[in-house]
Amino acid sequence: MTETSTAATSPATSTATSRTASSGAHGTSPQPPALRFVDVSMVFPDGTHALSETTFDVRPGEFVTVVGPSGCGKSTLLRIASGLNDATTGSVEVDRSSLGYVFQDATLLQWRTVQRNVELLAELEGVPRRERARRAGDAIDLVGLRGAERQYPKQLSGGMKMRASLARSLVLEPSVFLFDEPFGAVDEITRERLNDEVISLFQRKGFAGLFITHSITEAVFLSTRVLVMSARPGHIVGDYRVPFDYPRAPELRFEPAFAELCGEVSHALRGAHS
Amino acid sequence: MTIINSAGVGTDLGMSLTPPDAAVDQFGVAPDRKRRRRLAWSRVLGPVLVFVVFVAVWHWMHTDGMRTLFNRPGFLIPAPETVINDSFVEPRARAALFNGIKWTAYIALIGLAITIVVGMILAIIMAQARAVENSIYPYLVAIQAIPILAIVPVIYSMFGGGLIPRILVCVLISIFPIVTNTLFGLQSADRGQHDLFTLRGANRFTRLVKLQLPAAMPNIFTGFRISAGLSVIGAVVGEQFFRAGSKPGIGIVLESYRQKGIYPQVFGCLILAAGLGIIVFLLFGLLSKVVVGHWHESGRSTR
Ligand SMILES: Nc1ncnc2c1ncn2[C@@H]1O[C@H](COP(=O)(O)OP(=O)(O)OP(=O)(O)O)[C@@H](O)[C@H]1O
Ligand SMILES: [Mg+2]
Repeated sequence: MTETSTAATSPATSTATSRTASSGAHGTSPQPPALRFVDVSMVFPDGTHALSETTFDVRPGEFVTVVGPSGCGKSTLLRIASGLNDATTGSVEVDRSSLGYVFQDATLLQWRTVQRNVELLAELEGVPRRERARRAGDAIDLVGLRGAERQYPKQLSGGMKMRASLARSLVLEPSVFLFDEPFGAVDEITRERLNDEVISLFQRKGFAGLFITHSITEAVFLSTRVLVMSARPGHIVGDYRVPFDYPRAPELRFEPAFAELCGEVSHALRGAHS
Repeated sequence: MTIINSAGVGTDLGMSLTPPDAAVDQFGVAPDRKRRRRLAWSRVLGPVLVFVVFVAVWHWMHTDGMRTLFNRPGFLIPAPETVINDSFVEPRARAALFNGIKWTAYIALIGLAITIVVGMILAIIMAQARAVENSIYPYLVAIQAIPILAIVPVIYSMFGGGLIPRILVCVLISIFPIVTNTLFGLQSADRGQHDLFTLRGANRFTRLVKLQLPAAMPNIFTGFRISAGLSVIGAVVGEQFFRAGSKPGIGIVLESYRQKGIYPQVFGCLILAAGLGIIVFLLFGLLSKVVVGHWHESGRSTR
């Protein structure tokens, strides 16, 4: 057993304010990382070598996105961070008690209304009924699902399902938030709107974010830092700091500096594919 | 998905009636008038039309069919009106028939209740580990495959005659679909949903109650519906082997009329037995719609 879990000490909210105020300059922060991978390798029982010696930190108040070729081990990285899988070698340091995890699919329980789906994690944690109803209500407001509380998943659009899934993770107020390509299946406009919401959540809640995506635009738009992974076995081959201030306006996507950074990431990604 | 049983018994029952869900999802988006017309067609006109054809063919079998097709006398299939009159209008026959169906229904209901409880417990146990599932499954298939006739002496040596062996036969015949459908349902929650519970450190019991059982509800109700039909068959089969003189079920009443060569009442018994099967089938279809219809895909839309 090589994994260790250590408690992330500082309260997330205070770190976020300091972060957004200073905007950028990662690595100078004095706090210990909220999530740390040290030489993480993963070989599945069938011999698939998914990750090779991956090392990086996510500091409190940082929002890190990871882009990489399909099948390079991005989901595996998150599964290891969350404890769903154990790494073959290497170690992960993270406080799992306040971990949020948004899967690629919404994975809502079909028999529960939006309200009861959003309450689920708090329910599993034993939060009293009234308290969890209140928290779920707040989370539903935050993701803009007010009015849909009593609907069942089959009545929701893809975007609404992802919002519900997001709200479900928010209820536990995570200090580390993992996103596994959450918006891969929604249309461009919905995705942009959801991106705005993730950013405003990030600003308000001040978690440390680790976000997987296939979209370079999304990666650069959301994050303070973009990591590029190589093809399988995956490891980090590029690390780009994103200098833009929050909140980020949708028009940022059309500015030359933004396009230039996207170009760099894209170039690295093309290298990673070969 | 519907699992009926390995031997194919009850397949008829599974198909002979439109599953209550099937008629519904066709007109999810139809405009109102069209929807109403289709509703009228699927609920009323279609069934009535088929019923009329059915009765006409039946009648024709009595007057000409038996003679021309099989070269047998027509009285072997009495005319519908004779059947109705002799079985349900004539007081003595009516009393005998309804007394019979009462006992059969009684056995079928007790049998079904036991089947549901035992079957679901079995399925829950089997869902705990592949090894358990693999160990128990062969016996279920065996129960399904063995002719009841073959184990009658064993049951008789344990219980003698009476109601208990009749209920036992009923359970043996109807348990398979409950177990297989429940098991299938318990295993139907997807990996992502399980991961969600794993991340929060949920134990087996929480997982069962909050994830697996709710996810299984549509399948469980499918199992109920099929087993309910089989329990009626089981009750009739059981009373053939274990006759308790004072409590003759519909099968025994039928047999006694057949021996006396009184065919209209034989068909009356058939109608009652079929009616009982249809009623339990519809009842469970309705129950399923009430319980899972609001969230399950094939259920009626809530609008
Ligand atoms: N349980 C498993 N057993 C064996 N191989 C696995 C398992 N899970 C994933 N893999 C393999 O490991 C590799 C990395 O998978 P992973 O899901 O992490 O990729 P990914 O980067 O998330 O891909 P995508 O961008 O398509 O989601 C893939 O080749 C995959 O087939
Ligand atoms: Mg993936």
